Parts: sequence; structure tokens; C-alpha cells
Amino acid sequence: MAFTSVKTLLDGYAKQDLNIEFWEYIMLEDMKDQQISRTESMKHVQELMSVMKQAVQNYDANQRSASGLSGGDGAKFAAAQEAGHTLTSGFIADAIRIALTMAECNACMKRIVAAPTAGSCGVLPAVLLAYESNFGAEPEAFIEALYVAAAYGQIIAYEASISGAQGGCQAEIGAASAMAAVALTYLHGGSLEEGANACAFALKNMLGLVCDPVAGLVEVPCVKRNVAGAVNAIAAAEMALAGIQSKIPVDEVIAAMDEIGKLMDSSLRETGKGGLAATLTAKKIEKALTH
Amino acid sequence: MTKIACILYNKNISKGKGLQIIADLFLGESMNLFDILGPIMIGPSSSHTAGAARIGYVARKLLGEEPIYIDIGLHGSFAATGDGHGTPMAIVGGLLGMKPDDERLPQSFELAHSLGIEIIRHNIYLREAHPNTAVLFVKGKKRQLEIQAESLGGGTIRICKIDGINTNFNGDYPTLIVHNIDEPGHVAGVTALLAKRQINLATVQLYRDERGGYAVMVIESDQRIPEDVLYEIEEMPGIIKVTYLNMDA
Ligand code: SF4
Repeated sequence: MAFTSVKTLLDGYAKQDLNIEFWEYIMLEDMKDQQISRTESMKHVQELMSVMKQAVQNYDANQRSASGLSGGDGAKFAAAQEAGHTLTSGFIADAIRIALTMAECNACMKRIVAAPTAGSCGVLPAVLLAYESNFGAEPEAFIEALYVAAAYGQIIAYEASISGAQGGCQAEIGAASAMAAVALTYLHGGSLEEGANACAFALKNMLGLVCDPVAGLVEVPCVKRNVAGAVNAIAAAEMALAGIQSKIPVDEVIAAMDEIGKLMDSSLRETGKGGLAATLTAKKIEKALTH
Repeated sequence: MTKIACILYNKNISKGKGLQIIADLFLGESMNLFDILGPIMIGPSSSHTAGAARIGYVARKLLGEEPIYIDIGLHGSFAATGDGHGTPMAIVGGLLGMKPDDERLPQSFELAHSLGIEIIRHNIYLREAHPNTAVLFVKGKKRQLEIQAESLGGGTIRICKIDGINTNFNGDYPTLIVHNIDEPGHVAGVTALLAKRQINLATVQLYRDERGGYAVMVIESDQRIPEDVLYEIEEMPGIIKVTYLNMDA
């Protein structure tokens, strides 16, 4: 376990005298932890990036999940974008489309990268790939951003949780959104402090979000929550990059998330018993699926 | 993640307490960057799909041959939402040698049928088992095997029983499973041989089958174990069966 809090991560980096960049510091610490070489580590992260891209490229508008609940929405949104009917355009609209697309790929049993979980796999690629097509950046910059995002994810996992069954959806989509916000801040040239603020904003906006998947399947509301996570990440990064500061330090926000997760009733932690899963329509869907 | 070497040899071990301590030690330490970003997997669920495929894959490695008969028992959440998450399909895919990111996983049933493999799937109820537990009974032409395994989340698993004997390992490391007659000396013999061949051991766990009068050692190693070492262990007195599991091979 390399990083135990954002504070120790940033302090650790400030104290190092190797004259290396932040992402590299993270990579070196993790290489020690995993006992792997630099080449192995970089190759792995490159592969994560290419699997994300492939999934979006191979998206099939006709694919449907086994339950029939998911599929086709990414294509619908793409059509609206094409026709110029969307409220947003460019970066934000692309992020919405990619989040839908990736989350649907997951529901339809395609190859994805859990980031940090399969249910929240659309958030990070949504902001990274949309950034790539709207702002452009060197391929290395995305690899670096992934290291930085992963370090924050690791801290959230350590200080709180990244599992819906333990901490509710704030732990899954919330963590994904926080990681995406940090990645975006990094890509757009934000400082380390701005990255920490972006993480704090993204998480704060997701606090309390429960995990209530209909029929216990990672589909409804998960697919659309990936969109929420992506758009929230963009807003959080924007605020941080503008120099706005979180009144509550990021580590305390993470601790609050942990606390809230512990207070959450088990019916709202991936059991498929409360929240949206307990609605009349959800019950009907569940019944239809089990018969 | 660094594992500590531990030796447990205790008549009460199957009662589970010592094992829980070990399990906690391992799980608490296991988050690295690629646990956060990853695994690369076939959706939709890291526990119900990726973990299930891994359970099937480990079972295949332990069986050591292509299965001709597969009986899948699903417990808890695996039983309740497994079909919607493709749990049986992932287990069968794993048993056919597919890893959790294999794009053929969704077609595993078709493939199994074309190979003439018989598949039975049913729900089971186990007392005090993890909610995502599967019990697999598989037969090949030469061997058969029963394993009970849990999917712990994020694609990680724990094999908790092999042929009725309690075990506790996850397949992340090259793993050697040795069934031997329950009498002193065999453990030392095997570990001495491995030491002589300079194979670094990560963990050594010992279990005993109260019914069968034999013991099982599960040895996780930092390195691949060469085949000739496996043969040499097989030839040692008192050794009943040697199984070797290497997920990366
Ligand atoms: S609702 Fe639950 S299963 Fe769905 S994305 Fe959120 S945490 Fe994951």
C-alpha cells in the first residue's frame, strides 16, 4: 500500500529529492509496492488506455444486455449530437456520449477496464477521450494522468471504500468521478493543490449517493450515473482550475464519505432492496426477469 | 504487495480462526494502482463476471484437463443475480481456459455444447458462506474435482475448499497443492526441496482432512516452479497428489 492519504502523497512528493515529476513519483512508489519494472508498469497503463479506446470504437448500436435493460442509448445520444439537437456541445457532449457508450459496453459483456469498478467504468474514459478529441494532448499525458488518478483512487479505497456494497454508489461513481476530476485537472495543467481541490469537489457532490441497482444488475441506474460522474468531474475540475478552494480538505471529505457509507442502510448498498430497486416498476422488471 | 511467510499447522485449523487472520492480512494489503485501474475484464460485474471467470479458470487449472461434465452450484447473490450478470457463462468460460478479459466469454455455453460438454446449473444454500460463492463439481476424462470458491470483489477470489478440505488461496501466485499422508516429515521434505532449488516461498499453509487421514499443503511461491521439481515432489514418499496452478502460464 503506497499512499494512505492525499496529504502524505503530496508531502511525500514535496520531500523527494530525485527531481522527478508527480506522476513519476507515483509510478516509482507503486513499482516498489508491486515489485514490477518501469517497463511493465508503463506497458500496463498503456494497455488500459487502449482497451478503453477500443471499447468505444467497437461500440455496436444494436448491442443489448442479457436482461434487455441496456443498450442503444449511446447511439441515440450520438444521433442527437450529429443533428445538432444537444444543449451542450464539444467537450461536455462528447463526455456524455462516451460515458453512456462505455457503461453500455459493460452491461453488454464487452471488454472494459474497471475504473475503479466495472459499474463505474465509463467515467474516466469519458473525460479522457473527450479531452483528447476536443483539446488534444500528447499520448504520454494521458498515461501520466492515469497514474495520478489511480493514486487518488487508491487513497479513497484506503481511507474509505470503492465498493458499492460497502459504501454505496458514492464509493463507486463518486470515486470514479473524483479520479476523473483529478485526471482532468492534471491534463489541463493544474497544480497539485488544484488536483486535490478537484478531488474534494467531485466527491463532495456525490456524498450520500446510494447503490440501488434494479434487480441487482449493474445496469439501472448505473449506466446513467456514469454520465453524472463524468459531468460532475468536469465541473469539479473547472472550479479547481479557476482557483476555487474546497473549504473542507480532501482527506476530511474522504473520511466523511467513509462515515456516510457506514451509516447507510444495507438495503442501499448493492443489495437491490432499497431505493430505485424497491420501486414498483423495478419490482415488475425483477419479476419478469426471474420468470 | 508483500506476503509474509506463515506456517500454520494445528489440529483445529479447519475451524477457521487462524485462516481468517491470514485472509485479513492478505486482503488489507492487496490494493495497488492496478487494482484501482483494472482489471481489464468482460462486463458487467467484477465480482459476478470477472471473479466468476477466474474461479472457473482456477478450477480448470486444478483439474488439469478439459472438462466433460460441469456442475455449477450458485449460492447467495450469485444465485439471485448470477444469470443477469453472466456468472454461469463466465464460470464455464473459465473452465474452457478463458481468462476474465477473453472476448469469447459470452459465447462459452455455445462453445461448450459444440464440444459436447454437459453442463448443469442449480442454486444451492450454504451456511455461513460468502454471498458470492460457487461450488463446482467438474469431471474430465481422467480426473474429477470439487471446489468451493468465493468472489470477493474487484475480480479477486478465494478458493476455500478443494475436495472437501478447507483451503485459503487466491491464485495470484504460482501455487502448489500437495496432498500427502498425514504424518510428520513431509512438509519439511517438500519445503527443503524447494529451498534447495532456490524457489522463494510466499506462504505455506497446511490443512488436514479429518475424514481421509491425509493432509494438504498449499504453497504460494514468488516464482514459477519448474516441471522437474513437480515430478520430484510427486516421487517423494508419502505424497498422494501434486497439483500446480499458475495463472500466467
Ligand atoms: S448503483 Fe451500485 S452497482 Fe450501480 S454503479 Fe452505483 S455502486 Fe455500482
